[in-house]
Amino acid sequence: MTDFNSDYDLSASEKAEASELQRMIVIEQQKAQFQAQVHNFTDICWDKCVDKPGSRLDSRTETCLVNCVECFINTTLIITNRFTQMVQKEAH
Amino acid sequence: MDNFTSDFSSGVGSGKMDTGTIMEQVKVQIAVANAQELLQASNRPARMTDKCFKKCIGKPGGSLDNSEQKCIAMCMDRYMDAWNTVSRAYNSRLQRERARI
Repeated sequence: MTDFNSDYDLSASEKAEASELQRMIVIEQQKAQFQAQVHNFTDICWDKCVDKPGSRLDSRTETCLVNCVECFINTTLIITNRFTQMVQKEAH
Repeated sequence: MDNFTSDFSSGVGSGKMDTGTIMEQVKVQIAVANAQELLQASNRPARMTDKCFKKCIGKPGGSLDNSEQKCIAMCMDRYMDAWNTVSRAYNSRLQRERARI
């Protein structure tokens, strides 16, 4: 993200507004990243948990979706950690 | 975290680039990208359109019959429900992780 202040002189109030804007944009980016992850998890967990779409999600399906998110995150952590170890071992 | 549809309401910018206007435009852009992501991802194979096509359309005929259209409507609603469930689950996991630090 470019620094708002680098191209030309800003007054003190403009500087304050620019950094407030930067802060707010970072928050929106984090929200967007969160939503991108939700899309990813929903994509994967829908296949695992939803058989035929009915008039509502029953509690078994809801539980499956929640477990799926937890398990996927845990799997990602395990893989990341083990992969890091594997790479470090190769380096020696 | 927000329900899926809550980011879409937004005023049109007046042309004056104040902080509020810029933030509204940023939010709208992100909401539009989010909707596109939901309907059909460009490089990844499956989103709501793909999922519901797979669940609801057996042998493709010339047009979609009544039961297929009903199935698609239900599927869309269930996909959004699933999206919200996943969003809540992910959010609580993040909060739990933050609480540990």
